[in-house]
Amino acid sequence: MNLYSRRVLTNRVGIVLSMVAMSFGLIALMWILWTLFYNGFAALSWDFFTQDTPAPGSEGGGLRNAIVGSLMIIGVTTLVSTPIGILAGIYLAEFGTTSRFAAATRFVTDIMLSAPSIVVGLFVYALAVATLGGFSGWSGSLALSLIAIPVVVRTTENMLLLVPTALREAAFAVGAPRWQVSLKVTLRAVKAGVVTGILLAIARVTGETAPLLFTALNNQFFSTDMSQPMGNLPVVIFQFAMSPYDNWVSLAWGGALLIALFVLGINILARVMFRKKSSD
Amino acid sequence: MSEVTTPVDVHAAQVKKFKLQDLLFHQVTLVFAFIVLAALAGILISLAIEAMPVLKAFGPGFLWTNVWNVPEDQYGALSAIYGTVVTSIIALIIAVPVSFGIALFLTETCPVWLRRPLGTAIELLAGVPSIIYGIWGLFVFAPLFAKHVQPHLQAALGDVPVIGGWFAGPPIGIGILTAGIVLSLMVIPFVASVMRDVFETVPPPLKESAYGVGCTTWEVVTNVVLPYTRVGVIGGIMLGLGRALGETMAVTFVIGNANRIVGSLFAPGTSIASTLANEFGEADPGLHISALFALGLVLFIITFIVLAISQWLIKRGVAKQGK
Repeated sequence: MNLYSRRVLTNRVGIVLSMVAMSFGLIALMWILWTLFYNGFAALSWDFFTQDTPAPGSEGGGLRNAIVGSLMIIGVTTLVSTPIGILAGIYLAEFGTTSRFAAATRFVTDIMLSAPSIVVGLFVYALAVATLGGFSGWSGSLALSLIAIPVVVRTTENMLLLVPTALREAAFAVGAPRWQVSLKVTLRAVKAGVVTGILLAIARVTGETAPLLFTALNNQFFSTDMSQPMGNLPVVIFQFAMSPYDNWVSLAWGGALLIALFVLGINILARVMFRKKSSD
Repeated sequence: MSEVTTPVDVHAAQVKKFKLQDLLFHQVTLVFAFIVLAALAGILISLAIEAMPVLKAFGPGFLWTNVWNVPEDQYGALSAIYGTVVTSIIALIIAVPVSFGIALFLTETCPVWLRRPLGTAIELLAGVPSIIYGIWGLFVFAPLFAKHVQPHLQAALGDVPVIGGWFAGPPIGIGILTAGIVLSLMVIPFVASVMRDVFETVPPPLKESAYGVGCTTWEVVTNVVLPYTRVGVIGGIMLGLGRALGETMAVTFVIGNANRIVGSLFAPGTSIASTLANEFGEADPGLHISALFALGLVLFIITFIVLAISQWLIKRGVAKQGK
C-alpha cells in the first residue's frame, strides 16, 4: 500500500470512529430517555398525584407529599440563591474586575460548580442539622442553595461582562450613581441572560439527591412544615428504587420521569429564551 | 440651617447622597461575594472539625488501612478510595476517546445545519440528573450487562495472564465495572463540550493552511488542532475526572456497596460518595459518623485539587485564543 492510500485509509477510519462516538452518545441519550418514558408513563395516574407515598407492603399510593415537598424546597432555594447570586455576580463584574479577592471568589465559584454535592450535604448537616436539632426542609433548601448560587453568580457575571462599556459610560455621563447604573442599566440590559442562569440553577438542583439525604431527609406523610423532615422526589426515588416492592419501584420510575421532564423542559426554555434575546 | 437652598447646595447634597448609596451598594455586593468564598472555607473547616476524632484515633493510617468494621469501630478509607479511583479511571478510559470523537465530529465533519441540534443533544445529556443514570443503570443496563456482556468478557479475557483476574467471579451485573461504565456516560457530555469549545478556538487560517498543503481531516486534527489545544483538552479531561470522583447517585445504585477490595472488576465495591449515601443516615454519633466526615474531607480535597488544575488548564487553553 502506498503512502497516499494509507493516509486516506487512516483518515477514513478516524472519521468513521468519530461518527461511531457521536452515535454512541446519541444512542445512550435515547436509550435512557426511552426506558424512562416507557416505565415512567406506566406509573402515572390520577392516584400518582393525589395520594401520598405508600407504607411498606401496601398497595397503590402516589407521590403527592414528595412532589409538594420538592416544589417547596426548590422554591425556597430559588428565593434564597437568586438575590445572593445576582449581587455577588454584580460585584465580580462591576467592582471586582482587577481585585485579588474577586479573582479568588471567581476561582472558588468555578470549583463549587463541579464540587461533589454530597459533601455540601455533609457540610449543611454539620452546620444546621446537628446544631439546630434535626432534619428539616429548611436545611435541604440551604444545601441546594449552596449548589445553585455558583451557577447564578457565574452566569450573571458573564452576562454583565458582555454589556458594552459605552452603555455604562453613557449612564455615568448623565449623572447616575453607580448602583443605579448597575441595577437599572446593565442588569436590565442582560435580564434574559440572568433569568437563563436562574433557570439553569433550578434545573441543576431539581435532580440533586445527595445533598438532601442528610438534610431534608424524607417524610412518608404530607407536610408543608419546612422545619420538619420533608418528603422530596429525589430521596423518594432513591429509597423506592432500591426497595423490593413492585409498586415502590414503579413510583420511583414515575418520579424520575417527572424530574427529567421538569429539568429538560427548563433547559429547553432557558435555551429558547436566551436565543431569542441574543438574536434581537 | 439655611432657609434658602441654592441649586448648588441641592446638587452637593445629591452627590453626597449618591456617594453614600454607592458605598453601601459596593459593600452589600462585596458581602454577598464574600458569602460564596466563605462557604468553601466553611465546608473545609467543618469537615475537618467533624473528622478530627477519627483522624486522632487512627492517624494518617486512616488513608491506607483496608478495614471498615462498624460494630468494632475500626475504620480505614482504603477500600472506598480504591473504588472511587478505579471507577473514575474506567469512566475516563471510555469517556475520553468517545468525547474526542464527538468533539472531532462536531467541529470538523458534521454538516453545519446538524451542528447545533447535535451539540444541544449532547448538552441535554449533561443536564439529565444523575439519579436517572443510576436508576437506568440498576434496572436496564446491569441486567443486560450481566446476561450479554460479562460472560463473553469472561470467556475472552478470563484466561489472559494478569488481566484475567479482573474479569473473575460471577457475572451479577452490578459491581465496579458497571459503575465505571455508567459514570462514563455521565461525564462524556462534560468532557465533549469542553473539547468542542477548545477545538473551536483554533484559528481557521491555521487549519486552512494545513488543508492547503494537502492534509487529511485526521491529520489536521492530530497534527494541528490537538497540539494547539492540548492544554484545554487536558483541562476538560480533568473536569470529567473531578465529576466522576464525586458522583454519588449514578454510582451508589450500581456499585454493589461492599466495603472491601477485590481484584475482580465484576465484584461489588464501594466509593467514598456511595459509602456516605448509604451509611450516613443510619450512622451512630461517635467514631462512625466522624469516619464518614473524614471520608467526605478526603473526597473534597481530592476533587478540589483535580478541579483546580482543570480550571487553570481550561483558562490557559481558552486564553490562547487571539495570541
